[in-house]
Amino acid sequence: MSALESRSRRDGASTSRARIRHRFNGWLTHHRLSAAESLARVLDNPVSSLLTWLVIGIALALPAALDVALDNARKLSDKWDSPAQLSLFLTATASADEARELHRELQQRPDIAAVVFVSREEALAEFSLLSGFADVLDSLDNNPLPDLLLVTPAPGAGPVAALHRELSADPRVAEAVLDMAWLERLNTLMELSRRMVLALGGVLVAGVVLILGNTIRLAIESRREEIVVVKLVGGSNGFVRRPFLYTGLWYGVGGGFFAALLVAAALWFLGEPVARLAELYQSSFELGGLGVMGSLNLVVLGGLLGLAGAWLAVSRHLGRIAPR
Amino acid sequence: MITFDRVSKRYAEGHEALSEVSVEIGQNELVFLTGHSGAGKSTLLRLIMLIERPSRGQVIVDGQNLARVGNRGIPAHRRNIGVVFQNHQLLFDRSVYHNVALPLVIAGYDQREVGRRVRAALDKVGLLAKERALPITLSGGEQQRVGIARAVVARPRILLADEPTGNLDPALSAEIMQLFEAFNQVGVTVLIASHDLALISRLHHRILTLRDGRLVSNRA
Repeated sequence: MSALESRSRRDGASTSRARIRHRFNGWLTHHRLSAAESLARVLDNPVSSLLTWLVIGIALALPAALDVALDNARKLSDKWDSPAQLSLFLTATASADEARELHRELQQRPDIAAVVFVSREEALAEFSLLSGFADVLDSLDNNPLPDLLLVTPAPGAGPVAALHRELSADPRVAEAVLDMAWLERLNTLMELSRRMVLALGGVLVAGVVLILGNTIRLAIESRREEIVVVKLVGGSNGFVRRPFLYTGLWYGVGGGFFAALLVAAALWFLGEPVARLAELYQSSFELGGLGVMGSLNLVVLGGLLGLAGAWLAVSRHLGRIAPR
Repeated sequence: MITFDRVSKRYAEGHEALSEVSVEIGQNELVFLTGHSGAGKSTLLRLIMLIERPSRGQVIVDGQNLARVGNRGIPAHRRNIGVVFQNHQLLFDRSVYHNVALPLVIAGYDQREVGRRVRAALDKVGLLAKERALPITLSGGEQQRVGIARAVVARPRILLADEPTGNLDPALSAEIMQLFEAFNQVGVTVLIASHDLALISRLHHRILTLRDGRLVSNRA
């Protein structure tokens, strides 16, 4: 290969690199221009844009608010979750001494936080007081109630179920009841609600995509002539598509922002009564919100849905607009 | 520069707009295309721009056989051709400047280069003072000159014009034709469809005449 040839090749490579850089810069510039121009168009029609934002905001706020409510419920139920209480009903043959001995044994175990001894006499007295069957109970020859030990496992001492198994095996214990059933029901209920929120969220998200798709479709229709001209002077499909994708993005981002705003407003509205209720229950419970990250996620989600809707409209309608 | 080799175009409804047209237009030529309306002038231009594809025959533009240009290649092909339309095809919601800048923005030129070239093109058509005006405020002749500025701003090697003087009075029409001649003199191949025989026969360029889709005359 001659020196001349190799130089001309090098020049060729560098001009094609320059051309690629030039094209990339142009592409970037058009992205910037499309983004700015689309935003200007959205802001130029404040009323209709605001309505679109609100529609999307409401559709996104509903599942987001339900999710926040579920999170709060979970936070509340977590407080109840552990440690569960074990009720040990002793055998009828166990004497009062044996009961007291078991009480002492259990108190010394490191995996048990507290043991409350309720003797059968105390239990009977409490029962007759609370049930109103005092006369009937008085007429009984002997006390039908067993001694009871209420065991609170130490927090973080391993699974309560293992303790439950071990204590059930003790010969002095007639029955050990782990009071978890209601918690399981609650958890199942929470799971059910979570799925319902998820399903509702899915439906509303699809709705948002369709609403945005329709909005963008109208935008495409109203700029049909411009699209024809751009295609006539050599605009590629990507070039024509770009401003509409940005329009979708802006509608979606605005909608996400309004959704975050609506959720925050709802929480603010509920905050005071919830705090008062918590106070009445002597709880330090505080209503949790979306937080900065949650709100940001909502805005990003809105933006993505906007893009998806715009893409849907653009891929369906832009191809059909061709110079005639 | 532009070669038609036995090109026919039959539309889906059966109407044959062009039949067996063969013609060669060389580089740096200015050629008029004439004939009654419906004779196939527009169809011929549309085949060059790839708005339509021929039913038979080959069209070769700037060494490129258009049959080998896929749909994805159409935008790039159109960027090499400047087109002036009878109805101007201007965007009425943006200024003269932005109308003329459109092909450059599409081609991805940077802002400074766009400004320089747009002003040069507007200067050539004598509308530099109107760059901020909206097209709607301009006269028909001025709108057509904006269309011409847009067609030449990206310095294409080929310039097509479909009835560029269709709605203009004779004096303005002559002015517009002078503009086309000026571009031709700097090396642009120009093809102008026009039925204004009185005007074009005075200009001493090759004239192609179409009748019912056939090329009936090809005289200098």
